[in-house]
Amino acid sequence: MRPFFRCWQRALFVGGPVAAGLVVLAASSALAQPAAVATGAAAPKLDSGDTAWMLTSVALVLMMTIPGLALFYGGMVRKMNVLSTVMQSFAVTCLVTVLWTVIGYSFAFTTGSPFLGGLSRFLLIGMTMQTVNGLAPTIPESVYMCFQMTFAIITPALICGAIADRMKFSALLWFIGLWSLFVYAPIAHWVWGADGFLNRAGVLDFAGGTVVHVNSGVAGLMAALVLGKRRGYGTEPMAPHNLVFSVLGASLLWVGWFGFNAGSATAANANAGMAMTVTQIATATAALSWMFAEWSTRGKPSVLGIISGAVAGLVAITPASGFVDPRGALIIGIAAGVVCYWSTTGLKHAMGYDDSLDAFGVHGIGGALGAILTGVLAVAWVGGPGKSGLIDGNPRQVVVQLYAIAVTVVYDAIVSLILLKLVDVTVGLRVDGDIEREGLDLAIHGEAVQ
Amino acid sequence: MKKVEAIIKPFKLDEVKDALHEVGVTGMTVSEVKGFGRQKGHTEVYRGAEYVIDFLPKIKIEVVLDDALVERAVHAIQDAARTDKIGDGKIFVVPIEQAVRIRTGEQGPDAV
Repeated sequence: MRPFFRCWQRALFVGGPVAAGLVVLAASSALAQPAAVATGAAAPKLDSGDTAWMLTSVALVLMMTIPGLALFYGGMVRKMNVLSTVMQSFAVTCLVTVLWTVIGYSFAFTTGSPFLGGLSRFLLIGMTMQTVNGLAPTIPESVYMCFQMTFAIITPALICGAIADRMKFSALLWFIGLWSLFVYAPIAHWVWGADGFLNRAGVLDFAGGTVVHVNSGVAGLMAALVLGKRRGYGTEPMAPHNLVFSVLGASLLWVGWFGFNAGSATAANANAGMAMTVTQIATATAALSWMFAEWSTRGKPSVLGIISGAVAGLVAITPASGFVDPRGALIIGIAAGVVCYWSTTGLKHAMGYDDSLDAFGVHGIGGALGAILTGVLAVAWVGGPGKSGLIDGNPRQVVVQLYAIAVTVVYDAIVSLILLKLVDVTVGLRVDGDIEREGLDLAIHGEAVQ
Repeated sequence: MKKVEAIIKPFKLDEVKDALHEVGVTGMTVSEVKGFGRQKGHTEVYRGAEYVIDFLPKIKIEVVLDDALVERAVHAIQDAARTDKIGDGKIFVVPIEQAVRIRTGEQGPDAV
């Protein structure tokens, strides 16, 4: 291993930013004045039921990443890479938390322009014990900020599925850090920000079909294409080393997703209840749909298939969860199971890319499917006046949904590619061939699972 | 002294162990191995990706014995491990130059 610079260079590389950061923190604490968030109303009335539910939702969605996604992905890779895979989920959780605190939340969820929020919550200065975010006026701002943080965490963690087994950990940290600020925060702002341009265009995305799933799926595909296929892909055995982990992970994702979808109601009310209902229905339906599709085409119903179907259903119902009824959920489930089964088998093998754990096949395609079906199946009696889809007399909604998907895909693809290339020429994206052959756990982390 | 090495199907281990006890063999070493001879492997499918697995799990039993016991031990293993299907395994007999009991220092046939 080549030495990581000389001793004094190392000290400067680490000590410099740390010292600079501490100076900034000290200065901002000294200068901080709590600023009022423009809600336009009198002192906001907090609802303890809403707040209790949202506190719970934060925990549920965090659990989706650690250990849900960590186990789901960890079980699917070879044993020699399992630690590096779970490390990615854990490290992304920590990194994005800090970045969200520093600037991510401000970029995404304060008012600024239709394309990006402002700096009014830099380092969360201005968030006090009394402030609320206008988007969730009955809960404390800290709770809303944390809730959105868990979304900001899981989105890049999903990307890791596409690059399993071959990406440098340092490169991953750089790429994810930059991506969360330059891709996730802006897109979240466009779709959910009060002045976001997609929000104003009328897009219906309850919990993140575009913001989370199309976003991570497309970025994952870009990363898979730039990194290239794993050595031995298609010829050497790369079977999951422990599907029991994956089942545990998928189960934690399912349970945690109630926080993701029902929590996106930001209230303990009927919207949350219906979101929970359609989430459960669509997920189970999609799991069966994938299972039967696989059973009839391949002859055996597999465990990996049924849990993948469930996740596909969870993904597809995400944008729709606040807008569709149980019948719509059944339709979304059936479609998601079959479509994502095709996209992770037929499409992937036909196109030839190595999206190792199907970030694009499940999240990209599933998210887009869900977003489009939201435009078809949204009914105003669930989501509220004006939130109608094709079956409710508003066919134009489908066009709006397609527009949002297209904008997300284009921006995401371009900026992700730029960031990938940037990290590649500076740090280098891919591990050496020897490391890839022998396993990332020992080489990168100095640890192994026996 | 000879070592008898037997590669057998995993579920036959208890039967073989009992059969060896009956002929007077008291100690053995067992390891989990993979291998194949004429037995075909199987195909696993994960999200449409097919993997052909040639290697099959087997158990290797190693016993070091006095020459006098070898023939009975080999027959005992063979009878206990046979299923009359391909993949039952093989038995090898190799000469052993020396054996030492670590606790007492005994050597030769006294050590096995």
